Amino acid sequence: MTMIITLIAAAVTFGTVLMYGTLGEILTEKSGNLNLGVEGIMYMGGAFGLFGAFYYEKAAGAAASGPLAIIIAILSALMAGMAASLIYSFITVTLRANQNVTGLALSIFGTGIGQFVGEYMRVREGGYVALSNNLKNAFSATIFPDFMVKIPVVGQILFSHTVFFYLAVVLAIIMFLFLKKTKYGMYLTAVGESPAVSDAAGINITLYKYLATVIGGGISAIGGMVYIMTTAGCVWNHEGLSGVGWLAVALVIFCIWRPLNAIWGSVLFGAMMIMYLRVTIPFIPTEIYKILPYIVTVIVLIFTSMKNSRDKQPPASLGLNYFREER
Amino acid sequence: MSEVRTPLFRLAKREAMSREKIWAIRVGSIIIALILGCIPIMLTGNNPISAYAVIVQGSVSRPIYIRQTVKIAIPLLGCALAIAPCFKMRFWNIGAEGQITMGAVAATFFALNFAKTIPSPLLLAIMFITAATAGGLWALIPAFFKAKWNTNETLFTLMMNYIAIGIVAWLQGGPWEGRKGSQLIPMFDDAARLPEVFRVHCGWIIVLLLVVLMYFYMNKTKQGFEIAVIGDSVNTARYAGMNVGWIIMRTMFISGAISGIVGFMIVSGANYTLYKGVANGVGFTSITVAWLSQLNSFAMIAISAMLAILEKGSNTLQTRLQVPASIADIITGILLFSMLASEFFINYKLIFRGRDKKEVNA
Amino acid sequence: MDTKYAIEMKGITKRFGQVVANDSINLTIKRGEILALLGENGSGKTTLMNMLSGIYQPDEGEIYKDGKLIYIHSPREAYEHGIGMIHQHYKLIEVFTAAQNILLGLDEKMDIKGANLKVKEICERYGFDIEPTTKVYDMSVSQKQTVEIVKVLYRGAEILILDEPTAVLTPQETDTLFEVLRNMKKDGKAIVIITHKLNEVMEVSDKVAVLRKGEYIGTVETRNTNPQALTDMMVGHSVALNINRPLYENPHKKLVVENLTCVDEEGIKKLDNVSFIANTGEILGVAGISGSGQKELLEAIAGLYPVKNGSIRVVDDKDNETELVGKTPRKIREAGVGMAFVPEDRLGMGLVGSMGMTGNMLLRSWKNGKGAFLKKKEPENLANRVMEELEVVTPSIDFPVRRLSGGNVQKVLVGREISNEPSVLMTAYAVRGLDINTSYTIYNLLTEQKMKGAAVVYVGEDLDVLLELADRILVLCGGRVSGIVDARTTTKEEVGLMMTQIGEDVDE
Repeated sequence: MTMIITLIAAAVTFGTVLMYGTLGEILTEKSGNLNLGVEGIMYMGGAFGLFGAFYYEKAAGAAASGPLAIIIAILSALMAGMAASLIYSFITVTLRANQNVTGLALSIFGTGIGQFVGEYMRVREGGYVALSNNLKNAFSATIFPDFMVKIPVVGQILFSHTVFFYLAVVLAIIMFLFLKKTKYGMYLTAVGESPAVSDAAGINITLYKYLATVIGGGISAIGGMVYIMTTAGCVWNHEGLSGVGWLAVALVIFCIWRPLNAIWGSVLFGAMMIMYLRVTIPFIPTEIYKILPYIVTVIVLIFTSMKNSRDKQPPASLGLNYFREER
Repeated sequence: MSEVRTPLFRLAKREAMSREKIWAIRVGSIIIALILGCIPIMLTGNNPISAYAVIVQGSVSRPIYIRQTVKIAIPLLGCALAIAPCFKMRFWNIGAEGQITMGAVAATFFALNFAKTIPSPLLLAIMFITAATAGGLWALIPAFFKAKWNTNETLFTLMMNYIAIGIVAWLQGGPWEGRKGSQLIPMFDDAARLPEVFRVHCGWIIVLLLVVLMYFYMNKTKQGFEIAVIGDSVNTARYAGMNVGWIIMRTMFISGAISGIVGFMIVSGANYTLYKGVANGVGFTSITVAWLSQLNSFAMIAISAMLAILEKGSNTLQTRLQVPASIADIITGILLFSMLASEFFINYKLIFRGRDKKEVNA
Repeated sequence: MDTKYAIEMKGITKRFGQVVANDSINLTIKRGEILALLGENGSGKTTLMNMLSGIYQPDEGEIYKDGKLIYIHSPREAYEHGIGMIHQHYKLIEVFTAAQNILLGLDEKMDIKGANLKVKEICERYGFDIEPTTKVYDMSVSQKQTVEIVKVLYRGAEILILDEPTAVLTPQETDTLFEVLRNMKKDGKAIVIITHKLNEVMEVSDKVAVLRKGEYIGTVETRNTNPQALTDMMVGHSVALNINRPLYENPHKKLVVENLTCVDEEGIKKLDNVSFIANTGEILGVAGISGSGQKELLEAIAGLYPVKNGSIRVVDDKDNETELVGKTPRKIREAGVGMAFVPEDRLGMGLVGSMGMTGNMLLRSWKNGKGAFLKKKEPENLANRVMEELEVVTPSIDFPVRRLSGGNVQKVLVGREISNEPSVLMTAYAVRGLDINTSYTIYNLLTEQKMKGAAVVYVGEDLDVLLELADRILVLCGGRVSGIVDARTTTKEEVGLMMTQIGEDVDE
């Protein structure tokens, strides 16, 4: 029992990272932009998030406040992700370059920047860059009072997580409501399904694509920051972060582009990624667990295309650029 | 359809542009990228010009540097060649990373098990062939589903990468692990290592051969013609009597096979062992190489050489000037962005309001 | 009832480059009335109405609404004036519900529940049969059309324009649509239907306005006219084109089509029991309103469209018959049938736009020869020959054909198709968009092939050309053969009438 509870807690920790990456990419893909730069964006988010928090603490010294450090880390990551996606949007939406290639270029660029910032800080600060324990705890503490966490079973499962997890859940719900219940969410979906129809209906395609991609990139970047500040323990760790962005892209497919699915989907993926540390299933080598997320994603992909169920398809214009005169 | 409220300018597809102008734009975009690349260099407190000088020196100034640069360029070029036919067909294969990995797995299997029993040339030949087959079959999976159910190939091939890498991770820590607990696969015996020519593993000969072969394949063969027709219009291909699904699968097999060969060259020529990072992003970077070369085999040599110089030179930069080696990725990224953006000015033109009154409606 | 005109168009002229699509047209539309806008393909009907719906702006002329001069710059502005158009290609998001599609692009606050109610109310008032919560991908074509109509009504349109609304509907669906139109008329809406189907005009309209080749011919009250008179207005008098039409001695049968039936993906019959014979040494013209099954007929013969029923056989000189049904284009060629096909979509189907002439010549012969390599010598020679003989204007035989002018593109395509002496040559709208000179070049090439003994099937839209170029004319209507006539003795009126009705079994 305790093992399952610790497994769930650990799955949520890693799943939170994925949830941001995925929610951001869902928003982006809803506009028809397939941004394969998530890996790079999350690197940038991680590096700049740490950068922001570290220099805040350096400036504030002992007076540094946890909540403020968290806000600064979120904002730094957000800005970094938004800047990166702005480059992507400009090249694909305005200049109409191939989305796959641009996304991959962003991945290369972003991992480079992330690494660069990480190393730059290390060199500048002459070695180890980490937050004080005080702030570290702020990042990994839960927002619920102690007695709630201590409720048997439920406390650990529901109330023991970091503020980032609850924020991500709220974000997923907001995104769900935005896409389902608001006019602008509906317009965004329409843009991703058929830019031509949306254009004819008088919707500003370019604006929607830019906004969704830039905000989406910002959200994804927060995921990178969350990884560095929680799982990695407030130290730059590029090896741990590598591949997380791609996993987020897989999760988008697994969630069939629905934000609410991302909540449980990310915890499930998180569980599959960390399961090898805690669970052994006979005959299945633990290393194989790590490819399970990709395998189930492939299966989802195959089944939705075989059944051709229209509700579960990628946004119809995903990966294609829109050019009005081509009608 | 005419514009509703005539904006300041509108876009139109450009008809034709002279070759010189096109190349001027491309070269210009590289120069702009290098200028932009000065910014991160300056952030490290270094003089960009001397930094670029170090990059060039560190990659081509001495034979040993050149050899190392070539070693980096080989898989990039090989893999770009693999991707070209798929992209020509508008089949977005971004699974080269996994195809390299599976090729490497197959080659490693023979290297580990038969190095003592099979004579070296034969062993290498077997490794070559099985690597190609493994890479090809790995690529065939998404192609089959694309041909049959139109499953999104971009996402499918992407997923296949990580499945392949995961398999290697398992092999590394499991069945093929050398010393228990090392998480490492043993180094290959000499018999399973590619011989060197001019002190670089002979993969460079294979790749250059592939450049020529791919050029002929794409431009002179029936299959290359089929690929080009499908890339232009699937309807025309059907009209001309082509079996589109079959051609997609065949092309993906060939593409995966070449990536598989690249995987073989990496394990047998450079690393002498297999680990999960064997492809090391080559499968992704080579996509940009292929695309920016306009899928032209010979142009790929130049672009992959350029990226290899950047990477090798940046390592030197790190040791000499303490600039993080990741500067290579940053400048590569800027370079790619800049070149991607420049294509816009080759393909489109801006028509400003007031000019070009006559609008011919199709 | 208000007798003032809802819309009055005065002296409307619209040019596209050199082409005058609408030449100084006057038209009035009244409330509580259904106006049929009648004309052949390319007569400028849709262009004229697009100027009312804000898609185009007229080059000359004025539009008045209720006596007031207005300018319509966009579809949105058209809605503000109460004008809504239902286009032939529906503009719907497939994964959205009917109500969501209807709300798309509206300024008002989104209120799906309210919209559902309002949509329901509109549906009940006019007798539409859709549920606001149904997703578009679950809808039939006619339901999608209904969504488009409701969309327009929802935006408060009083003036509705429907572009060929019945083209995609079954007879029953057409009846329902007409019922709805009558209801809307009673409700005081002004309705325009663009059509070229005479029986429908007679059935549903109050007035008919006729356009011909971009010119306004006149408006008549439906009850004071008849199909014959309308046909005369629509097709006008025959124009002598002086196309050379020699007679071929000893024709024999070449292509036999029997009881051919084809069904599209949605289960709608595109060809219904089509039978005919095409002979050597003749041009068999195929006339019909666009979308009557011409495309499917040619593609079925070429092995590109699935055949549900029937037989297509090619007869050789020794009377041996080869069945084509069930064969792919490649199998047909391998069976030794010299089939040539100039499809309607030249760059999307017949040619590879990004390749030069040589590459496009290869499209027919790329499989030739042993080995893996392309044999480029022959296609190169052929490309040069076509370039010289058909006077194709191109910088070189390797210049991408996409960048050539329409006439030159067609010359490349036709040149290739006739190059290996086909025994069956099919062309779809071979002169569409071409200038006069190039058109004559094409006519001469086809006649040349005919005199060499080929069976030429010529799908055309200009009756004057069909009457002078073809030997016989097969008329299609709604996927069925409404008759085959001798082109030398028939009249334009006779063919025109056959195009709009199927032999005896016209509605009512």
